[in-house]
Amino acid sequence: MDNTFITGKLKTRFPEGILSIDEQKDMLTIVVAREFIHEVIHFLKENESLGFTYLTTLCGIHYPDQELQLGVVYHMHRFSDNTRIRIKTFLPLGNPVVPTVTDLFSGANWMERETYDFYGILFEGHPNLKRILNVEYLDYFPMRKEYPLEDPTREDKDNRFFGR
Amino acid sequence: MPNYIKVDPPEGYSSPGLFATTFGKVVGLARKNSIWPLPFATSCCGIEFMATMGAHYDLGRFGAERLSFSPRQADLLMVMGTIAKKMAPVLQQVYIQMAEPRWVIAVGACAASGGIFDTYSVLQGIDRIVPVDVYVPGCPPRPEQIIDGFMKVQELVGKESLRRRYSKEYKDLLESYGIK
Repeated sequence: MDNTFITGKLKTRFPEGILSIDEQKDMLTIVVAREFIHEVIHFLKENESLGFTYLTTLCGIHYPDQELQLGVVYHMHRFSDNTRIRIKTFLPLGNPVVPTVTDLFSGANWMERETYDFYGILFEGHPNLKRILNVEYLDYFPMRKEYPLEDPTREDKDNRFFGR
Repeated sequence: MPNYIKVDPPEGYSSPGLFATTFGKVVGLARKNSIWPLPFATSCCGIEFMATMGAHYDLGRFGAERLSFSPRQADLLMVMGTIAKKMAPVLQQVYIQMAEPRWVIAVGACAASGGIFDTYSVLQGIDRIVPVDVYVPGCPPRPEQIIDGFMKVQELVGKESLRRRYSKEYKDLLESYGIK
């Protein structure tokens, strides 16, 4: 099973959902529109000829220069011949909502909590969406790229020790 | 040539078979040479502490042979390593559970001030949550430096007044940290 077979099946099934397809070092990367992401992952998992039964990881990303700034990146894996595939969706900053995949993969539970913790991406239908690594009272999302690296208003850095 | 250093006895009245001094000095002498530390080792400084407890540098020479991982039986809380903001209430609870008299030593840059990790997740110094007696700078400090910090704690322990823990200043100090 090679990548052209996978892209062919995806394109016939989701003609308007797949926004772009790329191939980097034999690994397919597809960009999916937000509305279709759950069906695409379900299709990749349940279809016998595709059979990507393992969700390796899912994480968030923030590109401040794009129009749809926040993104979720899923990596899936097929054990029968060690094929990997990368699926991306991009979300607007004002409405970062995406359906959860915990109903398909239980392992996505904590990974989605981490993505929410650091990027503020809301997963619709998640059973327990709350912060996992940071303290509960943190009121911002640390991995978003909207903070300057050196912030003089923060009390964490004490200027006395840093010679400023 | 014997390899020990002679230490002066405290002020008091001595005669053959008898040494009389104030109660506070005796208690201080006994306490400072038998400090039971609680090694709150989180990261790299904890490894340096393990080296300090080893045979080469041997913190046991100073009376700290018996480490206690239970705060109820420990005298000295040695915080060695990076404390995250999520860990901070836990550290404060461990400190609260220690019985008086208790001392705290902050080993390493991360415990003293957050160190190199000036970030959203690291507590910028444990003195934001517990009162600290001695700070040992270093990243990580060598065992000799940890021993030096420990000896400074010994000095503090030996000289401390027996009524200090009941004094208003100490109660106000604990109040300022939110510790009842």
